[in-house]
Amino acid sequence: MMRSVIFAYCADPDTLAGIKWLSCYLTTGKHLSFYGSFGTVLLLLAITAPTALLFGFGGATAARSPIAPLRWFGRGYIAIVRGVPDIAFFLFFVIALDQAFEWMRHKALCPDWDQPIRQGNDFVVCAQAKLPLSTSAQWLHEAYGLTLAVLTFAIVFGAFAANVLFGAMRAVPHAQLETAAAYGMSPRQTFWRVMVPQMWVYALPGLSNLWMVLIKATPLLFLLGVEDIVYWARELGGSKTARFTDYPHGDWRMWYFFALLVFYLAFTKVSEVFLDRIMARLTKGQATSGGEAQRKAA
Amino acid sequence: MSCWQTIADYSLRSIGYGERLLPRGDFTLCQQFTLIGSGMIWNIYFGVLALMAGFFLATALALGKSSNTWVLRKCSDWFIFLFRGSPLFIQFFFAYFLFVALKGSVPALGAFTAPWLGALTVLFLNTAAYSGEIFYGALLSIPKGDTEAADAYGFSGLNKFRKITWPTMLRLAWPAYTNEAIFLFHATTLVYFSGFPALKQRGDALYYANYFADKTFNPFVPYPILAGYFILLTLVVIWVFSLVNNRLNRHLPQNARPKLRFRPRLLR
Amino acid sequence: MKNLVIGTAALAMLAGAAMAEGTVRLGTEGAYPPYNFLNDAGEVDGFERELGDELCKRAEVTCEWVTNDWDSIIPNLVSSNYDAIIAGMSITAERAEVVDFSQNYTPPSPSAYAAMSADTDLSGGVIAAQTGTIQANHVVDTGATLLEFPSPDETIAAVKNGEADAVIADKDYLIPEVEASAELMFVGDDVPLGGGIGMAFRKSDPELRAKFDAAVGSMKADGTLNALIIKWLGEDSPRF
Repeated sequence: MMRSVIFAYCADPDTLAGIKWLSCYLTTGKHLSFYGSFGTVLLLLAITAPTALLFGFGGATAARSPIAPLRWFGRGYIAIVRGVPDIAFFLFFVIALDQAFEWMRHKALCPDWDQPIRQGNDFVVCAQAKLPLSTSAQWLHEAYGLTLAVLTFAIVFGAFAANVLFGAMRAVPHAQLETAAAYGMSPRQTFWRVMVPQMWVYALPGLSNLWMVLIKATPLLFLLGVEDIVYWARELGGSKTARFTDYPHGDWRMWYFFALLVFYLAFTKVSEVFLDRIMARLTKGQATSGGEAQRKAA
Repeated sequence: MSCWQTIADYSLRSIGYGERLLPRGDFTLCQQFTLIGSGMIWNIYFGVLALMAGFFLATALALGKSSNTWVLRKCSDWFIFLFRGSPLFIQFFFAYFLFVALKGSVPALGAFTAPWLGALTVLFLNTAAYSGEIFYGALLSIPKGDTEAADAYGFSGLNKFRKITWPTMLRLAWPAYTNEAIFLFHATTLVYFSGFPALKQRGDALYYANYFADKTFNPFVPYPILAGYFILLTLVVIWVFSLVNNRLNRHLPQNARPKLRFRPRLLR
Repeated sequence: MKNLVIGTAALAMLAGAAMAEGTVRLGTEGAYPPYNFLNDAGEVDGFERELGDELCKRAEVTCEWVTNDWDSIIPNLVSSNYDAIIAGMSITAERAEVVDFSQNYTPPSPSAYAAMSADTDLSGGVIAAQTGTIQANHVVDTGATLLEFPSPDETIAAVKNGEADAVIADKDYLIPEVEASAELMFVGDDVPLGGGIGMAFRKSDPELRAKFDAAVGSMKADGTLNALIIKWLGEDSPRF
């Protein structure tokens, strides 16, 4: 079996005790994967947040569109996705998304394929349409899985962001837009140069709330097939008998979950401090009561 | 078997009435609709009771957080931070662990390891923390004029709180509180999914949706059914809360009444 | 070394179809020792790891191991996210409607109850089982009170902390747990459930199934499978 990769004295864990045993135990390959999964979660959050914002912006813009079908689409997206518990969504959506991509590639790449795609329960597309190709390396499969997870998260949270941004766009004082029109700006210019820069200050409280929720939704990543911190905490914490590991122990899930609890609380605290700073900066020079207070204090 | 027969057999299955065995083969759409709907009983049970009990604790927490007493303020602060800062998933895990240990030393508290009480307690504390924060925000934004006028009219102590502060707080907090309620209902799906074991195959809507997905190996039917039920439930919750909203704002002219807007958080 | 690589590549081209499909991805759960589990290094290990690697060698395909949650292990197979399941999955009629099984690579092996005391009431008590397993179905049939947990180690924890009177699972899974624990013991008779464990394939993929089926057959014939069963599942486990 694999030994710890870091300390030489870990060659025979049975003879160790105390701190030394712990140092070996905590540096097994499995634990390194656990620590790595914190990175995965952070990376995923870092990619998901802007993507969801983009979806949200698209959704909000669509919901305000003068073109009726686009408006219905935007409003339907916001209403339906938010009405459903996210777990229910995650449980089937990743597979659906994967199949949708492969179906589209199949239609494009294999036009003369004669077999049906759905054969009973099976979903079969031609080899070239597979995502990723079955010849590709394992890391590509994992990257693809991660991409699907990001997309699913972004679609769900995008609906929430859309709702926040939709409200924020309406909160921009109407006089501002009228003035812009009076200055001869086209609707397009008014949107991009007047409304969009001003809406953020109204959107920020809602968006920061959403960010906090996004952090706390990451334990659901394992539903999307990502080996996240909860997956590893369960795997490592479950009791282990001596036959299958060099480090047998009882049910230690509590300690691992405690580590997760500390991680989430700390992350929440850091985010709170950080978001307060952004809010202070965004409020600067805005025609809101917050901006007014800032101006007086300075 | 006709669909009516299925409904008679399974519509109360989640609380232990009707057919003992769940369907094993030849699954029909009717069975899926009936059993998943039957599971909704638990989602509604958890949501309604946690919300009602949480309401009172939330008021206490909001008052505690705005209190001048250091101890009260710190306690409320920490309680709210702990429950809002950690995933519900982890809260369920620790609660179940704690309740099982508790049962070992005090057998009388054994009921807490069952979802109907244990999970309800966690959801109650969780929603109290979220609503407490909402109420606290509302307390801070009560117009100064209102409380000054109350003072001038000779209101004081409990009377002032009950007649002036509390109704105004509720009125201001109501839109945000509605969203919290919706999300509490969504959060009830986590009970059997990750927190508590299901006894005698009695579970919530997600439990049965999972059962069918597991037996038919096709996730594309049961989960959308579940989603449909929840969209309906969300609509009902919005409707009920808007009735209360109208009552809270009945003294305002029609066009000055704040409209309820659905602006929820996702999973906590 | 270089020559060897070129040689393998040439062989691969000759092998044609099999290699054109690329690697065969094997899906497993990674949480069911001794069949499959993650070792200290975080790699898939166990009876099925060793068996699977040998089967791939005999079927002349390169294999890649993937772990997947038990709940969605079949939906992900039928939507082609991996090509075969090798995860301690018992052959049942229900599952055979959706996937095709290879011949079994363990004989129908019994399930068993484990409990803290010898006089546990198995037909009237509370029995813990993993959600969605054939054992869970069996408990319902006996009339006992079923308590379901999402993962197998939680079912054992439930017996140890008194939430359940007994746990039912594959005997091969319970043996090391009972051996390692001072409190747990086997109670009642073994229960024969399922038709042994097999690999599962998409119904639309009969060629791959045939390849692995033949490989399992050859391992049965030359006794290597029995040797693996003894090594991982113990002397007492039924053999071919």
